[in-house]
Amino acid sequence: MSGRTLYDKLWDAHLVREDSDGTALIYIDRHLVHEVTSPQAFEGLRLAGRKPWRSRSILAVPDHNVPTIHRERGVAGIDDPVSRIQVETLDQNCSDFGITEFHMDDIRQGIVHVIGPEQGATLPGMTVVCGDSHTSTHGAFGALAFGIGTSEVEHVLATQCLIQKKSKNMLVRVDGEATAGVTAKDIVLAIIGEIGTAGGTGYAIEFAGAAIEALSLEGRMTVCNMAIEAGARAGMVAVDQKTIDYVAGRPFAPRAEQWEQAVTHWRTLKSDPDAEFDRVVTLQAADIRPQVTWGTSPEMVTSIDGRVPDPAQEADTVKQTGMRKALEYMGIQPGMAIADIKLDRVFIGSCTNSRIEDLRAAAAVARGRKVAPGIRQAMVVPGSGLVKKQAEDEGLDRIFIEAGFEWREPGCSMCLAMNADRLEPGERCASTSNRNFEGRQGAGGRTHLVSPAMAAAAAIAGHFVDVRDLV
Amino acid sequence: MEKFETLDAIVAPLDRPNVDTDAIIPKQYLKSVKRSGFGPNLFDDWRYLEPGEPGQDYSKRKLKPDFVLNQPRYRDARILLARENFGCGSSREHAVWALEDAGFRVVIAPSFADIFFNNCFKNGVLPIVLDAAILDRLFAQVEATPDYRLVVDLEHQTITTPDGEKLSFAVDEFRKYCLLNGLDDIGLTMQHADEIRAYEARRKTEAPWLFA
Ligand code: SF4
Repeated sequence: MSGRTLYDKLWDAHLVREDSDGTALIYIDRHLVHEVTSPQAFEGLRLAGRKPWRSRSILAVPDHNVPTIHRERGVAGIDDPVSRIQVETLDQNCSDFGITEFHMDDIRQGIVHVIGPEQGATLPGMTVVCGDSHTSTHGAFGALAFGIGTSEVEHVLATQCLIQKKSKNMLVRVDGEATAGVTAKDIVLAIIGEIGTAGGTGYAIEFAGAAIEALSLEGRMTVCNMAIEAGARAGMVAVDQKTIDYVAGRPFAPRAEQWEQAVTHWRTLKSDPDAEFDRVVTLQAADIRPQVTWGTSPEMVTSIDGRVPDPAQEADTVKQTGMRKALEYMGIQPGMAIADIKLDRVFIGSCTNSRIEDLRAAAAVARGRKVAPGIRQAMVVPGSGLVKKQAEDEGLDRIFIEAGFEWREPGCSMCLAMNADRLEPGERCASTSNRNFEGRQGAGGRTHLVSPAMAAAAAIAGHFVDVRDLV
Repeated sequence: MEKFETLDAIVAPLDRPNVDTDAIIPKQYLKSVKRSGFGPNLFDDWRYLEPGEPGQDYSKRKLKPDFVLNQPRYRDARILLARENFGCGSSREHAVWALEDAGFRVVIAPSFADIFFNNCFKNGVLPIVLDAAILDRLFAQVEATPDYRLVVDLEHQTITTPDGEKLSFAVDEFRKYCLLNGLDDIGLTMQHADEIRAYEARRKTEAPWLFA
């Protein structure tokens, strides 16, 4: 028998039952909940007279709708009445069912995918789900984590399980060492550029190789966060000493004897040397340069020294149509140098890039410099109240403010513009988030995805520049 | 959930790859705490000239004339032809609720994003995967033929074109069973409650920290 992959091990450990056709019942250890995809699930639960199977497995937080200014007013400070109802509904559901929730005025509040790991609510070896596609983030801890729809949220609430079929195994190996200025974000954008936004469909991806091992847990979270942008519901990285050190001492992490027992188990969470993958993709880290997306799909990406591609050169007619529509929407021409793209706004935040390291990287570029006069707004939105506090303790807020950035309260903010933070039609934004879809950051808005350092550099220059020339 | 057996309906072509769930239903409509009423906002940014807000009077909004679903010939469409990676991006089930609310019960594409694909089955919508080459042909036929209809038969897993050609498609047995019978899968899982409890008991000794 050949060895098992990390995904195989996580799957086997959570298998409650399996039918002969492969339809399986998988046990869920941690259920994260936010206000947007849960109300209909709770409603369904009530209508059927059901209760959560294990309330203690759930951690809830409002993040998508929350304003990033004037938070002292709490829920009452949400001006949009529809958004307010959604947050109030979450509060009500959590209190009715005895679910732990970090409310809007709690310093632990933040983006659901930032606070899970921050609190130690995400642990190696767990199955983690959330009604949110970027749940793949938590795979950075050697966990099996994936996004689910609202019907599945209800299913997990009611049964602690999910009906699933096993995915195939894909290994994405990034060998060698990334050069200075090339971050986890650039690595994952390069991976998506290589395999395409549907390349991982039907697979669970394990990220490995020297360049992934060299990343901090924060960087690994950035990579796993965007596994879904490559089509894979789950992305993961094997457990190593860094994983264990990161988890140690966090509020929800095991203690004393249980800690020792857990660590012993966690050390087994890696693919066996003879494990077989259905597909293997290899990249050389040294080839990766800072990345910038030019289109309306994360696979439409190139390097900072590249040019906007020409649809006429694309042989596949379906792809060609997609490229034409993207360029038209983005308002840029084939052949244009990426460095010539001028920006209106800059957004540093989102579950991809709003953790402390991201803010440090952006601040290192912003320090002692000024946001270009052509930029209407540059904003930094920390991923959680605790990230914000730490950044303030380190003086990062002052660096940003002095450079002309706005320093906001935590939440999803302009990653999807469900709150008041959004682009106006036609505006162009350098964003550290994960989706450049049409209208994602506001109807008619144009998004270019980059790393935090590249976003800060673009804010200073007013257009894209190679951050490696700045630092 | 409404049962799905057969469907004989008008087909609408949406000829672009990577249609994401943000495009299917833009974020401002996700603020609803309800499960219904999303139909008028299906493809909102493509469908209307001005961006919309929840609660607007849709009859007053100006339509983009060149958007395919605004063309009178596709008004009654219940089957959507799409291109690769349909439904990518956000996990929002609202995307399926919007399609369903707008009358669509079948989406045919060469590939779907996993979460969207799954969400379809939970809402009585049947996503069908066909070869890209077959889709090319169907797209050409739909565009060339007014009132083009397909008959989708889930039991026999066939699609019949107007000239009688039968195409077969694959569907997972368990999902087919649930769709044909309109079954709520929570009820089905509950039948295994004892097995879930047994798993938990075993797991508590193996990995007690997960239950602390
Ligand atoms: S930050 Fe963006 S991608 Fe992440 S959970 Fe919030 S809306 Fe989704």
